[in-house]
Amino acid sequence: MILAEIDAGNVLAWVVWVVAALALLSSGLAVVLFANPFYSALALIANLASLAVLYLLLNAEFVAAAQVLVYAGAVVVMFLFVIAYLGGRADAPWAGGPTLQAVAAVVATGAIAVEVVVVIALKAGDRLSDTAALDDSFGSPAEIGTLFLSDHLLAFEVTSIVLLVAAIGGVILGSALPREHRAEGGRD
Amino acid sequence: MLGPGIAAYLVLSVVLFATGALGVLVRRSPLIVLLALEIMLNAGNLALIAFSRQLGDGDGQIFALTVMVVAAAEAVVGLGLIVAVSRKRVDLDVDRLTALRG
Repeated sequence: MILAEIDAGNVLAWVVWVVAALALLSSGLAVVLFANPFYSALALIANLASLAVLYLLLNAEFVAAAQVLVYAGAVVVMFLFVIAYLGGRADAPWAGGPTLQAVAAVVATGAIAVEVVVVIALKAGDRLSDTAALDDSFGSPAEIGTLFLSDHLLAFEVTSIVLLVAAIGGVILGSALPREHRAEGGRD
Repeated sequence: MLGPGIAAYLVLSVVLFATGALGVLVRRSPLIVLLALEIMLNAGNLALIAFSRQLGDGDGQIFALTVMVVAAAEAVVGLGLIVAVSRKRVDLDVDRLTALRG
């Protein structure tokens, strides 16, 4: 009875994994292949959502929630604002037949993928199957917070400086006036 | 562990990384190049979290969260650069943007 229940849970996890993996890869390809940048940014939301599902399967609840909040909530919205500001001109990647550059890029990225998969299979094949047993708190906000404020305190503090510098840089880049306006306004 | 093992996640992460790299190499609009960069960073995050689950150690998740912060900062600076370039009325094409001199 218990064995049957475990099997049902395992089958369900497999089904969720396959659906999320297909959604992940197809939305990733959609981001790369859509001509309209607006659709690409929307496909990135689907990509991030399916990634969050995979994080949940890996017991990383807090990271999954942060992923949806930070990426889908903030980064993609920022992208959409900039695309709307710039007018979202279409840029057809495959217009006029495949160029030499595009063919070379496909070959190079395919080679990277095959190489790494082969290396994983050769070097780590059977060692990847034994996974550690987890306690219930793994991946919970409490444990992430404890780790951040004990072992990784320096990374946590440096993160705040990185964000501050990025915010200042964004303001400076966004407020720089074009040269002709600056000349009219009298540069000192 | 329910569902597939870590190797499946790693293969998925590699394929996703290759997809993002393809976007960075092929597309000419800097906006899409930034979107593809986000995909590559997320593929790295997926591998980090998969290994974190396999080892039962939370450090990989901390690393993934830090990568997310850096990705957000990179998006801010990258989008700021794109807006600044577009204000110069330069064509937004990464093959033609060869100088960033003010």
